[in-house]
Amino acid sequence: MKSDIEPGEQELVSLVEVEDAELARKSSQSKSQGQLVRRRFLNHKAAMISTVVLVVITLTAFTSIGFAGIPGWWGQSYLKSSSVINGGAPTLSLWPSWLGGPGFAIGEHPFGQDNTGKDYFALVMRGTQKSIIIAVTVGALSTCIGAIIGAVAGYFRGWVDEVLMRLTDLFIVIPLLVLAAVLGQLAGSKLGGSIFALALVLGMLTWTGLARLVRGEILSLREREYVAAAQAMGSKTSRVIFKHLLPNTIGVIVVNATFAIAGAILLETSLSFLGFGVKAPESSLGLLISQYQNAFTNRPWLFWWPGMLIVTIALSVNFLGDGLRDAFDPRQTKKTRRRTKKEEVSE
Amino acid sequence: MSIPTAHAGDTATALSFQNLSVSFETEFSDVHAVKGLSLEVYPGEVVALVGESGSGKSVTSTAAIGLLPPNAYITGRAMVGGIDVVGLPENKMRKMRATDIAMVFQEPMTALNPVLTIERQLTESLELHGLAYGKDATNRAVELLEMVGIPDPRKRVKQYPHQFSGGQRQRIVIAMAISCDPKVIIADEPTTALDVTVQAEILDLLRELKDKLNTGILLITHNMGVVADLADRVAVMFRGSLVETGTVDQVLNHPVHPYTQKLLASVPRLEAVDVTGTWEPEPAEVLDPERKLVLEAKNLVLEYDMRGSKFRAVDDVSFELARGQILGIVGESGSGKSTVAKAVLGLLPVASGVLAVQGTNLASLRPKAARAIRAKIGVIFQDPAASLNPRFPIGDCITEPMVVHKVGNRAERIRRAEELLDAVHLPRSVINRYPHELSGGQRQRICIARALTLDPELLIADEPTSALDVSVQAAVLEMIQELQARYEFACLFVSHDLAVVDLLAHNVVVMKDGKSVEQGRVSDVLHAPQHDYTRRLLAAAPVPEPREQAVRREARRLLTELENPDS
Repeated sequence: MKSDIEPGEQELVSLVEVEDAELARKSSQSKSQGQLVRRRFLNHKAAMISTVVLVVITLTAFTSIGFAGIPGWWGQSYLKSSSVINGGAPTLSLWPSWLGGPGFAIGEHPFGQDNTGKDYFALVMRGTQKSIIIAVTVGALSTCIGAIIGAVAGYFRGWVDEVLMRLTDLFIVIPLLVLAAVLGQLAGSKLGGSIFALALVLGMLTWTGLARLVRGEILSLREREYVAAAQAMGSKTSRVIFKHLLPNTIGVIVVNATFAIAGAILLETSLSFLGFGVKAPESSLGLLISQYQNAFTNRPWLFWWPGMLIVTIALSVNFLGDGLRDAFDPRQTKKTRRRTKKEEVSE
Repeated sequence: MSIPTAHAGDTATALSFQNLSVSFETEFSDVHAVKGLSLEVYPGEVVALVGESGSGKSVTSTAAIGLLPPNAYITGRAMVGGIDVVGLPENKMRKMRATDIAMVFQEPMTALNPVLTIERQLTESLELHGLAYGKDATNRAVELLEMVGIPDPRKRVKQYPHQFSGGQRQRIVIAMAISCDPKVIIADEPTTALDVTVQAEILDLLRELKDKLNTGILLITHNMGVVADLADRVAVMFRGSLVETGTVDQVLNHPVHPYTQKLLASVPRLEAVDVTGTWEPEPAEVLDPERKLVLEAKNLVLEYDMRGSKFRAVDDVSFELARGQILGIVGESGSGKSTVAKAVLGLLPVASGVLAVQGTNLASLRPKAARAIRAKIGVIFQDPAASLNPRFPIGDCITEPMVVHKVGNRAERIRRAEELLDAVHLPRSVINRYPHELSGGQRQRICIARALTLDPELLIADEPTSALDVSVQAAVLEMIQELQARYEFACLFVSHDLAVVDLLAHNVVVMKDGKSVEQGRVSDVLHAPQHDYTRRLLAAAPVPEPREQAVRREARRLLTELENPDS
């Protein structure tokens, strides 16, 4: 991007020479689009903070109570009841003593205990694990289905497009929550209540938005000359779609995947709250809220902890998506600094 | 550099730049687009600001009308009729637009709002500036349309932009620009998006208006022929600075600066053209019976499927292309010239007739065999910005045909890419760069390299240089010639530019509305055309020499008068 004339270049009088000289002068380090995107993303404050928050929450949720048989560093289990101490109030205290508080302490049950004396921290962490697993599975599945359906519809157009888009419309017009509740219930009873069954069902229902977006992108991309060039050199259709078209929609896909994840967390929460999602003794954030909705007045922590985690995770994922969108499409966040300075004209 | 003119004194200028500098703050570094430019435009005068991409010519004009993006940093003065518009608040600038300074844009297709009638769009600025209201404004709009040569203006003023042709739309844009009688009009590439015959008409109109209205016109263009046709004075910009100013005769016929000299030398010229005389054709040369036909079309018909109905884009066209030959296809937009190229590339099925590559009819091939024959055909497209996949490094772009046809292993492919980069005179280190780091001309060279990867028998070049600057075009054309001489492939060269075809091709097909109107050797067809359409095309293409262009213009006027004796 340098435009200053380098020594020894003044005598160049043809655009071709100037351009070639500039190319030769560029540092050998060349940046791919991916590297540019990464750089912009790392400079996006909200997105970076959200990433850190998400990583901390995920690590805590999976390491504290352990996962898949590996024990964690938190000594208590989400299944084991014990005697209820002090009405199950949280023992966590962040108010330092020099400000008149009880001093910083974690205590035995930082998030408190539930009715039966189970450690609420362990329960919430278990719920967070399940919610994250469901969200990521749903995000990945719906992204794959949506991208492929959108790409095929946009590339072939004609009757293929008609059929696929009417199918998409069909999925859109049926109320998602009802369909998810019925199918989730069915899948749950067939597959023994596994959360993966629920995640699969949700993934197969939430791909519609991405399919439409990807189709629109592909419709415009397929008119580019590099696509015509690829077809003219005899490339197979699959190569054109997967090598030339889909990689160029990566911006749309990645950004929407993050929003799909945030949506999936909320959808799982709603379903579990309504009693169609995750079932006890398994735990999920929505289920915890549903179980303790009546405790809000006298034991509010049973409501606050899962509620706060849901909001934090969903917000962070959304900010992450915003950051990714800005990184992929920098035109949307243009710097609006106007500088106009008048200088005396020497005449 | 001051040029003696009839108008003396600074107050008389319609537009003047004094030591104007513009730099842009971009994501990674600052770009210095205009470096201390000084230039005057007097009323009733056309000053052409010429230069290639990145020269800063458009930035200069945009600065005058105050439409630069917010990240621009401007110093110096831009005086529009005595008022400095640099740093002028937006509300004051808005009042000056249309009444003091107006603009004619490049793309008439997008410069008009498609959902408003022409009347609404023409009266808008009149009413905004309080010049005329209601019926008066409509009458003025009709008057303006009449002035720019729209037939039946009272009826047509009620119509919408899509009901006008491209040339008429550009006339309407011009009518909008002159509606409030501005002191200066900035015409930014006003004819670039138009066909040559339409371009000639628009240039006539601008010439007529400038005398009638005593308005100063700053003409931004890259086309030296347009400059020769319309401009009084010329200013040449290169990399943000003025390198030469002078009258059109001084600059075009006696350039002083080496940049101007080189620029003019790279403009392809079509000379010794006889557009009026009758001429005895030389005896047709005897065709070598041993010659190898690479591409052959017999009564070729090509159709587009337009929602059920068929649109016939190419109708009964026949031609032959032998090994080592270049066949040019010329015509205006909509003539079907690119459609022929598309069909050869397999992007469009053949409706009827024969289209054969090395004797194999494309229509009769099974998909697998059709794919195999693609290895023998290379292609270069028009738009260098869109013809390389932005996610592929250059090396992968060049070797893609080898990957598709499973030729060679990794090391061989890299070696081939390096060979081809040498052939197109680009450094081998480019192999790991990405298309966005290269300029348009460099990308087009990569496209040429990609087209040659598999040593094709046939190269299809669809307007390969029309998006490029003149000097870059010259380099690319030279490269195609050099490579063609070395590899002896046959080449189908589609272009709207007759001079380029004259320079490059051996034979030529002139197309109009899907039909071939004239074909034969370039020396016959382009230098002594027999068909009126070819003559008109040739007469309309402006030449970069003011005196010769005046002769050409007169010849064109005679030709059109011959055709429409009543007008």
